Amino acid sequence: MNFVPKMNRRSFVVSSAAAGGGLALGLNLPFGGPDVVRAADGSPEINAWVVIRPDDTVVIRIARTEMGQGSLTGLAQMVAEELQCDWNKVTTEYPTPGQSVARKRVWGDFGTGGSRGIRMSHEYVRKGGASAREMLIQAAANEWKVPASECGAANSVITHKASGRTTTYGKVAEAAAKLEPPKDVALKDPKDWTIIGKPLKRLDTADKVTGTMKYGMDVQLPGMLCAAVKDCPVFGGKVKSFDAAKVASMKGVKKVLQVNDSTVAVVADTWWQAKSALDALPIVWDNGPNEKVSSASIAEILKAGLDANDAFVGNANGDAKAAIGSGAKKVEAVYSYPYQNHACMEPMNATVLYTADKCEVWTGTQNGEGAFAATLEASGLPANKCDVYKMICGGGFGRRGRNDYVTQAVLIAKQMPGTPIKTIWSREEDMLHGSYHPVMQAKLTGAFDKDNNLTGLHVRLSGQSILAYVFPQNLDKGKDPLTFQGLMPQGTEHAFGYSVPNLMIDHAMHNPHVPPGFWRGVNINQNAIFLECFMDELAQAAGQDELEFRRKLMAKHPRNLAVLNAVAEKIGWGKPAPNGVFRGLAHMMAFNSFVAAAAEVSVTNGNKIKVHRIVAATDPGYAVNPAQIERQVAGSFVYGLSGLFYQEITIKDGRVEQENFDTYNSMRIAEMPKVESIIMPAGGNIWGGVGEPTICVAAPAVLNAFFKATGKRIRSFPLKNHDIFMA
Amino acid sequence: MVALTINGKSHNIDVDPSTPLLWVIREQAGLTGTKYGCGIAQCGACTVHIDGVATRSCSLPVSDAAGKKITTIEGLAQDGKLTKVQQAWIEHDVPQCGYCQCGMVMAVSALLAEKPKPTDKDIDEAVTNICRCGTFQQVRAAIHAAANA
Repeated sequence: MNFVPKMNRRSFVVSSAAAGGGLALGLNLPFGGPDVVRAADGSPEINAWVVIRPDDTVVIRIARTEMGQGSLTGLAQMVAEELQCDWNKVTTEYPTPGQSVARKRVWGDFGTGGSRGIRMSHEYVRKGGASAREMLIQAAANEWKVPASECGAANSVITHKASGRTTTYGKVAEAAAKLEPPKDVALKDPKDWTIIGKPLKRLDTADKVTGTMKYGMDVQLPGMLCAAVKDCPVFGGKVKSFDAAKVASMKGVKKVLQVNDSTVAVVADTWWQAKSALDALPIVWDNGPNEKVSSASIAEILKAGLDANDAFVGNANGDAKAAIGSGAKKVEAVYSYPYQNHACMEPMNATVLYTADKCEVWTGTQNGEGAFAATLEASGLPANKCDVYKMICGGGFGRRGRNDYVTQAVLIAKQMPGTPIKTIWSREEDMLHGSYHPVMQAKLTGAFDKDNNLTGLHVRLSGQSILAYVFPQNLDKGKDPLTFQGLMPQGTEHAFGYSVPNLMIDHAMHNPHVPPGFWRGVNINQNAIFLECFMDELAQAAGQDELEFRRKLMAKHPRNLAVLNAVAEKIGWGKPAPNGVFRGLAHMMAFNSFVAAAAEVSVTNGNKIKVHRIVAATDPGYAVNPAQIERQVAGSFVYGLSGLFYQEITIKDGRVEQENFDTYNSMRIAEMPKVESIIMPAGGNIWGGVGEPTICVAAPAVLNAFFKATGKRIRSFPLKNHDIFMA
Repeated sequence: MVALTINGKSHNIDVDPSTPLLWVIREQAGLTGTKYGCGIAQCGACTVHIDGVATRSCSLPVSDAAGKKITTIEGLAQDGKLTKVQQAWIEHDVPQCGYCQCGMVMAVSALLAEKPKPTDKDIDEAVTNICRCGTFQQVRAAIHAAANA
């Protein structure tokens, strides 16, 4: 079963209509045809994925979004592997969602979330490369009047073995582009890979150290104005009135306008002028029905769900209730996890040029087709009059999967036709209008028989569903399967990693008014803390070593066991730690990857944790670029540990209290542990994700080590609420 | 009018003198390598050098920078030749999303000008920029590499 969220219904409908009903994701193999399609510079497309310029430059089309995770490079590696081109001649470009829709979604899914950029497109992009290679070879063979089977290609050079004749991809590209694509192409055996699996450098680095990389924030168009926006701070509230005259004469101000029911904008020559005027603008809000909601009131509702009778069952076997009722020993603990914001370094923004005839959008988005659909809806124009030009994202982490900022920017530009307008959210707006990591509590109950064997486990989750807000059509009879990430039945991409004879994992759904969204890992983050800290609690209650206790429950989970064993061995589990240093473990299966971490920490004054070292093991099935995977692992720990130690979005009077990094802190280099990655791809038919899975194991490994150091079991987060800090 | 010298070039800019230097660099001077991240001098994405000192330009009124030598990320490389720090950044494949990295490079460049062989402790104290992608492991390695280049 595949729980990756589908494209939202609206964009699906739009895309289907725009494609003349020809939408068939993954079925229309995206290969070329007899009519040569040309890139903007006139170079021929061999197929949708590959353009070859006369100078042998290979332009690889990347439909997924680059937001730091490195997929742009990894996807290019996969095309280049099969294309057998010279890696040094590879460059990339984004096709636009509008072009894709016009070509019956030739590039498939643009969505980049759920760690799916590579794992969900590896086959068709490799086929794109292989098909182009075959066409290029055929074109050379035709020129030489020899059978293609006598020719081979390597490093962008085609050779006729018998005669020793050679040519290059650039020289035959025009001819190749006119050929019929092969009906089917065989993909290489992974053992023959020379580009996939190599720790190649990213393709997008140089511009990022010279200031020349253009993010959405940096878009400049002739005659462009800038807009600052303010959405009602209380979710569900509306604009009652605003006094535009008070700021109309401020320097640079061009227009004060209402964007939608809940949002006001100021448009000015520069963004700073727009923001200054917006700050000075008197706005009266109708706070709506949620103005009395607080974090405490939300927590009370969730708490009631811990013992509620009604709950959606996510995973069950045996009779957990009976086993717990008859157990010789029972262990129970309640955990809770807060709302958190993404706080991408680049605040949300989009630049729009709207005319009566056309609507063009420049923006960083994780969901290009979603942004396109948002543009169509907000502009009221048809698909052939809209397009979205994706920019490199200054972070995404799930936030840029929701295109609310695109909708706003189009609605603003629509009120000033013919003028390009860049709408930028302030950091404060970004904090107050996130798509927050949902809030969740859990009660875990375990039971042992008289011989200290675990006989039953009940994990009751109580909290918010992302799908109920974002994709309600994807709920399974009301149940949100994503809530159970890492706890799901075997055979899913988020399978529970233990065998317990009597198991019940269920979810009492409560959906406060705070909008939730996907957040790097999302539900694996708290589920890993709940489960893996509780596993330590169970082991300790049974008087058993935490690793050995787990191993006994993992006989049927060999890949979970393999990553756990790998980190245990490398950290030196069972051997003495350095003086004052304590260790903790955790593992999880998420997004079809198996991950584990072992942490070493020391604690001073009972509340200052120094995380010295984390050994991390990742089995993603296939490792397309181990160097980039290492960076994702270490980076995810920064994101995850920042969440563990510092980050909580609290609600007061219906609105978010934190407005910037001074109250929503993020780890700095001084706090960075040494991360040692073990990348151990096991192969097989299923490719796992990389961007998110490892994030979840750092926190429980550190918490388990903290317990070893202090005897204190922390069950609510972030740790700053317990006066515990990172040293 | 505020008279600024950015990367050796003089600008006379008609702007409210209380405008943060960051926005003048980005919007009036058109140099977009210097980034907006927080606006309250927390994250460091807006770091520039003012008379050689790493400064968070989002919280400095432009009038305070008048007459001083301002260097932005675009002004580091000379005649197209990247600095040791920029080269080390490429060699170590440091950036992920890259949005904070210009500020990071500026902070590190100022550190190395002051302390050519910084210790890890020096780095911890001087480089307090936020990176949400979490590139710190590569940042540290690249700093040492640049110091030893």
